[in-house]
Amino acid sequence: MSDRQSSNAYWQANLRIIYICLAIWALVSYGFAIILRPLISMIPVGGTDLGFWFAQQGSILVFIVLIFWYAARMNKLDAEYGVDE
Amino acid sequence: MSQFTLNLLVIGASFALYIGIAIWARAGSTAEFYAANRGISPVMNGMATAADWMSAASFISMAGLIAFTGYDNSTYLMGWTGGYVLLALLLAPYLRKFGKFTVPEFIGDRFYSRTARIIGVICLLIVSITYVIGQMTGVGVTFSRYLEVSNSTGLWIGAALVFCYAVLGGMKGITYTQVAQYIVLITAYTIPAIFISLQLTGNFLPQLGLFGTHDATGVAFLTKLNQVVTDLGFREYTAHHNSTLDMVLFTLALMIGTAGLPHVIIRFFTVPKVSDARKSAGWALVFIALLYTVAPAVGSMARFNLTATMWPGAQAGDTFSEPAVSLEAIETAPELAWMRNWQTTGLLAWEDKNGDGRIQYYNDANPDSPAAAIATERNLAGNELTTVNNDIMVLANPEIANLPGWVIAVVAAGGLAAALSTAAGLLLAISGAVSHDLIKGTLRPDISEKGELMAARISMAVSILVATILGLNPPGFAAQTVALAFGLAASSIFPVLMMGIFSKRVTREGAIAGMVSGMAVTILYIFAYKGWFFIPETNMLPDTPDAWLFGISPASFGTVGALINFVVAYVVSQATQRPPAHVQELVESIRVPRGAGDAVAH
Repeated sequence: MSDRQSSNAYWQANLRIIYICLAIWALVSYGFAIILRPLISMIPVGGTDLGFWFAQQGSILVFIVLIFWYAARMNKLDAEYGVDE
Repeated sequence: MSQFTLNLLVIGASFALYIGIAIWARAGSTAEFYAANRGISPVMNGMATAADWMSAASFISMAGLIAFTGYDNSTYLMGWTGGYVLLALLLAPYLRKFGKFTVPEFIGDRFYSRTARIIGVICLLIVSITYVIGQMTGVGVTFSRYLEVSNSTGLWIGAALVFCYAVLGGMKGITYTQVAQYIVLITAYTIPAIFISLQLTGNFLPQLGLFGTHDATGVAFLTKLNQVVTDLGFREYTAHHNSTLDMVLFTLALMIGTAGLPHVIIRFFTVPKVSDARKSAGWALVFIALLYTVAPAVGSMARFNLTATMWPGAQAGDTFSEPAVSLEAIETAPELAWMRNWQTTGLLAWEDKNGDGRIQYYNDANPDSPAAAIATERNLAGNELTTVNNDIMVLANPEIANLPGWVIAVVAAGGLAAALSTAAGLLLAISGAVSHDLIKGTLRPDISEKGELMAARISMAVSILVATILGLNPPGFAAQTVALAFGLAASSIFPVLMMGIFSKRVTREGAIAGMVSGMAVTILYIFAYKGWFFIPETNMLPDTPDAWLFGISPASFGTVGALINFVVAYVVSQATQRPPAHVQELVESIRVPRGAGDAVAH
């Protein structure tokens, strides 16, 4: 049964990392780029505002960082729980 | 050397490269045909995924979509990239661990039901076939424009080329050609973008040029663009005009639709390990971002250049400080030859309505703009640049910016690479569903490996033929593929895959009910506003924001369909018997990476 419990703990840890990543994913795209754009509109970026930059550049760059961070974090987790390949 | 010879040389060289790869990368087994023997490195797979994903629409149309709408169409940029985060976190690693060949196969095993598998095949076929029609028409258009052959000749040449490497090499051949096609298409997209950014803003990187300073006036480029377009009575470029709710739902529909597209998912079956599948999604997005972060710069700068061509005063000072471009210049000036070239394709048209010998371009539907005042003062008879197709922004970009002929030839090869690579990926998803899920999985389970490989090749050849015929006679809905393909992938495939991985409780009955209801509601909603099977005049409700349910456009409805899918599947699962023990163990096993290598041998 200990095997089952450890794999359960591994899965819970994975889910926590996924929640964090998805929160950031939603914040930069739906948040900064669309819904929260008026709130950060006082920050100017080259002829327009920060929300526009997030909509056309920033969110894509954050997505890339998120995936590589998730991949690295999961490699560590896999090793910790001994489920790596 | 004439432009035609140059085009022929560059396109011919790129085709020779693809055929060479096809001969080198022949497939000898079903594992090679369906999944390139799971031996593709994450970086290489990332590059192939980028080419697989970026279609004729991304390459040719997206910059124009952004150029003529501005901020509101940022939804495409975020939607078509954000889906990779969902793929990397929620689907790709687990489906790779599952270690089989097709998406419906996972649905059938996880939901212990042949019916579920067949519904999966139906969803896959509807999504992929609608999508492939657009690619085939894109191939025909590009050929006819650059090689001066008829649309149908171009289409048959493209089909013969795809036949070579897809039938011979399957996933293996397609993967290596896609890597080559990625390099061709990204070069073709980047070179004109760098030139145009240098010319307008002095910035080498278009991503920085977009937020840089317009050299000729010393004003921020986007401020200048806003001023010029509002002078002409168009909407402010950087401002938010559409409904916020619809923008959010549309972006979400594109994201979950992207993550649910079968031809993208199967690319992640080709890497050796689960950790490679995660990393590979990151690399795919890096290669996609090289085009997607440049596209908004290309769009806005090409729009500025087009506007400044029509109103030469806009280049250095005020929009109306000089008269509009003269008809004589358009018809004779060498630097405006591109206008005459593109007029013959019907993508650009003008008409001197008031007979003053000048072509005035402005928004005549807006009565309160500076342009309207000028129109009254100068006796204008309405907008005289009568057609400006979105696609012009990329296709004519090198000519508008006066770039050398070889750049134009490279752009042509790039457009073809984008359409061909996506078509091949879609055709592989279609033929895999037919030979592996229908023939091997349902009709003839006892077929030998050799027999299945032959079946896979034959279904590939038939799929190419069907796609070509559909491309020659595109049904009326070809232009609506985005709404349909993404809506269906979002409402049927993505939710069922995610629930299959993240829940042990969702049952066969739940999954089937979820897929059917999600897909049905989405199709009905789209047809209600767009017409039954997109036949004009058969829509039951007017396709306007006021008539949409809560202002949700048909293209955004995939998000609602996905939600319905999740809810129905959950409720039905609660009311039916738990999945059997072996299915719960299957879910346990796909959740841990260890052991993915074993699947290679199967």
